[in-house]
Amino acid sequence: MKYSSQAVAKPYFIFALILLAGELLFGILMGIQYVYGDFLFPLIPFNVLRMVHVNLLIVLLLFGFMGATYYLVPEEAEHELWSPKLAIITFWVFVVAGVLTILGYLFVPYAELTKLTFNNILPTMGREFLEQPLPTKVGIVIVVLSYVLNTAMTVIKGRKTVITTVLLTGLIGLAVFFLFSFYVPDNLIEDKFFWWFTVHLWVEAVWELILGAILAFVVLKVTGVDREHIDKWLYLIIAMTMVSGILGTGHHFFYMGAPEYWLWIGSISSAVEPLPFFLMILFVFTMSKERKIQHDNEIALTWAKGTAVISFLGAGVWGFMHTLAPVDMYTHGTQLTAAHGHLSFYGAYVMIVFTVISYAMPILRGRPHGNCKAAQKRELIAFWMMNIGMVGLTLALTVAGIMQIMDQRVGTHLVGFMESQASISSVYFVRLGFGLLVFAGLLVYFSSFFVKEDKK
Amino acid sequence: MTERITKSMAKNIYYGGGTFALLIFIALSFDTVHQIPKRSNQVNMTPSVVEGKRIWEQNDCVGCHTLIGEGAYYAPELMNVFQRRGGSDVTAFKAYMQGWMAAQPLSTPNRRKMPQFNLTPKQVDNLSDFLIWTSKVNANDWPPTIEG
Repeated sequence: MKYSSQAVAKPYFIFALILLAGELLFGILMGIQYVYGDFLFPLIPFNVLRMVHVNLLIVLLLFGFMGATYYLVPEEAEHELWSPKLAIITFWVFVVAGVLTILGYLFVPYAELTKLTFNNILPTMGREFLEQPLPTKVGIVIVVLSYVLNTAMTVIKGRKTVITTVLLTGLIGLAVFFLFSFYVPDNLIEDKFFWWFTVHLWVEAVWELILGAILAFVVLKVTGVDREHIDKWLYLIIAMTMVSGILGTGHHFFYMGAPEYWLWIGSISSAVEPLPFFLMILFVFTMSKERKIQHDNEIALTWAKGTAVISFLGAGVWGFMHTLAPVDMYTHGTQLTAAHGHLSFYGAYVMIVFTVISYAMPILRGRPHGNCKAAQKRELIAFWMMNIGMVGLTLALTVAGIMQIMDQRVGTHLVGFMESQASISSVYFVRLGFGLLVFAGLLVYFSSFFVKEDKK
Repeated sequence: MTERITKSMAKNIYYGGGTFALLIFIALSFDTVHQIPKRSNQVNMTPSVVEGKRIWEQNDCVGCHTLIGEGAYYAPELMNVFQRRGGSDVTAFKAYMQGWMAAQPLSTPNRRKMPQFNLTPKQVDNLSDFLIWTSKVNANDWPPTIEG
């Protein structure tokens, strides 16, 4: 660790991992309720499980991004973090707000929660992924603003690199596009339209800048390749992201009340969306081949390669599968969307958090050369368990989606939703099995932190 | 391929391409917002429809159902429930909704359960009005079939 203020990253990483365990646990509970409708009902209805599952994901990724930023920005800027104290205060504010929100979801009926949290003054709740009560949303804005401020001030005071510039652009975009979550028009269609400004432009535009910057940083550190070379790749990747991702928002506007021209614009732009992920694969594997140093922390590079490959599969391939308008006519709102959502969020965002933790955490724990071989081996086992689990559950959801489409939407003998779902239940069991494998993988991953170092 | 591209070229594609895409996106967004009232029959958006949307949100209906294809996939699509369960008849659909909402949760063992939301008859009517309005939105001929 070159700068003492980098240490503030540690609690962020630890808390992100704790939330990840919670997220997977709720995913498993949902997987069970999918096949046994009485499970946990009426104690925790499905919508509450889902709200907790998805909100934990969003919050854990924000914690992961913040940890990554506070670790890498001082090193890139060659300057201590502007205010480590603010970073720590922000951490606790976010922890308390996050925990209270989750407890609210679990213990207060949602309609009651809307009343308790002033939703009548400014209604923003009850929309997918943006279920957070108003005070939480305001809290997120405050936390993100202090995060952007801390990062920007550090960058301004220190050395400016392409990595920090891209990262900061991503962070500002994250803050700006979240503001659309406060705008809820009475017209459902207009509401849906602007809802995507937060949801799509986060995950398929500005978050990809953050992802690219973190990936470039870790690859730079573990391969020792010339910075100029890394920068060029980073620019290429994010150029393709911006060119395809912004207008790619159009693939959400095919069948929700927006005009017909989105059918063309959305299809064409999003056909290009796999390209930045493909470039990411080329980038990581080329840099790995041309590496100048043999870093002892081999598992960090493995995670970086995994991020590129799985995000290409999840976001690129599984996204492209249903991104052309004529196909989406049949796939819109089915389990195929869930399949794509799971593998892309895992591959692109959860795995980049694993990547940066795998690189930075040993250093934060006083192990500049990475963990010992035994710990890395354990981590590698976890890497494969989680990857196989996620790909497996994605394949299961894909099969479920295709069966659902054949039942409800193709041919003359149509089957209703509930009947169709009942006939798919064996596939949902397979999904649950792979989900348990992911969770077991996470436990193995946690145990790798406690492998004793070799005595030197 | 990438050897021939320099860092400054890549940088220019990023800034130029990104700005270009953003400008087109903003222009089209203005046009879309302009077209939405007509495509969604905003003139028929009565106070009851707006109230229905609030009730939809306050009870997190989207946490299980999809509406025009967006939401969770645990329960049926509701954009065309007016046609599917009400036969496109307002009186029949509203009566169906009153009965359906009052009957929850159904007692069939291990069927996916819908909670009892304790809505007043007036609130259920608001919800029905909201769903009827939604069913008439021009969503480019989606959903493809009555089963959604």
